[in-house]
Amino acid sequence: MGLLTELRNSISRAVDRMFSDADPKRIGIYGPPNAGKTTLANRIARDWTGDAVGPESHIPHETRRARRKENVEIERDGKSVRIDIVDTPGVTTKVDYKEFLDHDMEKDDAVRRSREATEGVAEAMHWLREDVDGVIYVLDSTEDPFTQVNTMLIGIIESQDLPVLIFANKTDLDDSNVQRVANAFPQHETVPLSALEGNNMDEVYGKIAEYFG
Amino acid sequence: MPEVTPGETDDGVQIDLISGARMEGLTSMEKIRLILDGVREGNIVVLEEGLSPDEESKLIEVTMTEISPDEFNGIEIETYPQSGTQKQGLLDRLIGTASPKKLTVIGPANQIETLHKDENLISALVSRK
Repeated sequence: MGLLTELRNSISRAVDRMFSDADPKRIGIYGPPNAGKTTLANRIARDWTGDAVGPESHIPHETRRARRKENVEIERDGKSVRIDIVDTPGVTTKVDYKEFLDHDMEKDDAVRRSREATEGVAEAMHWLREDVDGVIYVLDSTEDPFTQVNTMLIGIIESQDLPVLIFANKTDLDDSNVQRVANAFPQHETVPLSALEGNNMDEVYGKIAEYFG
Repeated sequence: MPEVTPGETDDGVQIDLISGARMEGLTSMEKIRLILDGVREGNIVVLEEGLSPDEESKLIEVTMTEISPDEFNGIEIETYPQSGTQKQGLLDRLIGTASPKKLTVIGPANQIETLHKDENLISALVSRK
């Protein structure tokens, strides 16, 4: 990107943020497949609106379209923050329909699912460059966070000057290692949680209000 | 050394080492096309200076649009982790201290497997088609 274009975009973003306090911030929930993004989006949406965002599954790429839940109002310390939650498909650089065959899926269904997944990832990348005001990056804290996709995605988010919170999810599991996640991205705040069990959600909402309010 | 045409490399794996100078004059989409055309032919592409975050984002997006069952499963991409992965602000980028220069290895997902990666070493296993 050219220097002037980058400077212009950066100033434009700053101005947008200064004068758009009345509008809800669009917060993208990003991360690799199966990190628990939809479980988190549903937890937030149910806690504050009573509705869910979308179906959850242990099969990768259950979310194949970016889904938005608008006007989620989170109250913290006497203040309220209004956000639009954008639950995005798990980002990856490869999709092989054969991996879905291991989940008792017929070939036609697996091919269709993989095609939808690729469209969803492309859409998620587009959202990230154009349409989000902040990012919650969700990681499965039982998995190694030092992956290429995580490194690239965090780099892309940083290059967009977007505020980002790292959520170390699945702390209810025995293999959870929150410190490993915090060590991988020391430049960002890491918040431990279990979206499934609803553990540590007070801190989660506090940080959302602090970062995106 | 005599030059070999692509048709003569069927029993091997072609590795394209692309210099920073070769990439310098290209637009983002030209870089992405250069990479993906090579990878889709089964080549391993090594970039001397890597891509910017914006270009990496577009590379993922374009890769997704080109995935086709039984034909192309996507890419494996590896770069050294940025040391310290420190956030760099606009000023850093303006004065050029946030250069994306980082050796990057890209290959077809079904032919390249990363065995080990740390800040100083990328070890990958490359197989034939």
